[in-house]
Amino acid sequence: MVSQKEFTDAAFNQLLGEGKLMASRCKKCGALHLPPKPICVNCQEGNMEWTILKGKGKLAAFTTIAVGLPRMIQEGYGRDNPYCSGIVELEEGPRISARILDVDARNPQKLKVGMPLVVDFLERGEGENKRTLLAFKPV
Amino acid sequence: MYVKKRRLGRGVAIVGAGVSKFGSFSDKTSRDLFIEAFNELKQSVDRGIDPKDIEALYLGNHIGEYCEGQSLMAPIIAGYLGMIPKPATRVENACVSSGVALREGIIAIASGLYDIVLVGGVEKMTTLSTEGVTDALGSALDALYETPAGFTFPGIYAAMATTYMDKYGAKEEHFMKVAIKNHNNGALNPKAQFNTTIKDIMNGRIAKAKQKGQPIPTWVDEIEFLKDPKANPVVAWPMKLFDCSPITDGASCLLLVAEEVAKSFTDTPVYVIGTGQGSDYPLYEREDMTTILAAKFAAQEAYAMAGVKPEDIQIAEVHDCFTIAELVGIEDIGFFPSGGAIKAIEEGLTARDGAKPINTSGGLKSKGHPVGATGTAQAAEIWLQMRGQAGARQVPGKDISLALTHNVGGSGPTCAIHIYERR
Repeated sequence: MVSQKEFTDAAFNQLLGEGKLMASRCKKCGALHLPPKPICVNCQEGNMEWTILKGKGKLAAFTTIAVGLPRMIQEGYGRDNPYCSGIVELEEGPRISARILDVDARNPQKLKVGMPLVVDFLERGEGENKRTLLAFKPV
Repeated sequence: MYVKKRRLGRGVAIVGAGVSKFGSFSDKTSRDLFIEAFNELKQSVDRGIDPKDIEALYLGNHIGEYCEGQSLMAPIIAGYLGMIPKPATRVENACVSSGVALREGIIAIASGLYDIVLVGGVEKMTTLSTEGVTDALGSALDALYETPAGFTFPGIYAAMATTYMDKYGAKEEHFMKVAIKNHNNGALNPKAQFNTTIKDIMNGRIAKAKQKGQPIPTWVDEIEFLKDPKANPVVAWPMKLFDCSPITDGASCLLLVAEEVAKSFTDTPVYVIGTGQGSDYPLYEREDMTTILAAKFAAQEAYAMAGVKPEDIQIAEVHDCFTIAELVGIEDIGFFPSGGAIKAIEEGLTARDGAKPINTSGGLKSKGHPVGATGTAQAAEIWLQMRGQAGARQVPGKDISLALTHNVGGSGPTCAIHIYERR
């Protein structure tokens, strides 16, 4: 058993904090859910187990954002310093939204759908507000 | 995809419609905007409507809490219309709030509960800064898994655009052509927020530079203008300023009645013969990120109910919150095959004088997008076009008897489609 945690957002984030990207797998039909879901959306059964993902994948969709969320503006991003957000397709199949790091967000034409990526973990906040955000970067 | 052929318990018709001026109005609240739309609606009912006869209100409103500190907008508006103590319900379904309010009004009449219902929507957005609106609209994304990744609302559609470009070879120019077309229509719509063509905006900037003795821009056409990052900066690449619908104050409403009483209000009602609504996952969970399943499902349900096919529909208002959304939208409603929207925009098929005119109102891009008001504003455009009352932007050479509205919420997790007939 990889983890005994319930299949919740809180558990997913705790596991991210431990450097683990984990999905829930339906014991009946084998469908993988990322982020984890407590009920299988494929067969609607509720018999799930945790499974760890390798953290390797490819860029499926992306954008470089110049007019960002307030939280990102606070981090120093803006019209002259855009950031990249993307959707990553993992080797195991599921896709997830994530920050895309270590790319030139000022030259989005150079980014390509299909480019290989590897998981990374971004620490944000202090104390009780500490949170680990999912990110990916080029291999 | 399995679609059930559903039917309404009885027919429903639109017998009046009103739209406020769309734009930025520092001296107007949601209440003022809705009353402006309602006053026009009253004038539009050929044989008149006594407001006392209206039995219920369904009102779309998305971000009243953010913009005006106001939730529970429906009874407030009902109070201003003299409708108290009749039922008034707010519908919050992001940008399809009033599209679903329309559907709820149709269902209420079709069930036999009411004969006369007011549906509409309102949004007062310009109280917030661009950053504030970005934050407020961002609340319609997946707050646990999309916003932590930094996604904004334009950002999600931009991501959809990159997959569409990768899969079908679309270029940034194709998105620009959607904006140019919709501004060409909006220039003919006096209610539009940007009641001007992109060519006129470009020429205005050139004239201003000359007047001020500044270096004169060398744009030769709209595409060159839109490719200039100074004129058209990136919001979320590949979506630039002119790919995005604006921040808008506005309201719209429709008077819905049971089919059997429609002719007592007008000789030319617009019948709603198909309604469909669908849902979808956030973008990252969709099997195909170049299409919106909620829209495909809603369209198929609406077509099945109406007993018509995409090729029968003469015009449509399509949810172009971003230019990519119009390309995806005209494919999802079956007007063009997957990837076929590229050729359609290249060949002008969706222009006002094209084979399939899309967004004769100017669309969300040029007319404006007061999110909660957009769904019923789309239907109000169809009402005008079907009755030959669209003025300078009336579709030439076509007698419009079958039309469709496509109204999408959020990044596509919700969609309402309606099909209209003039008999």
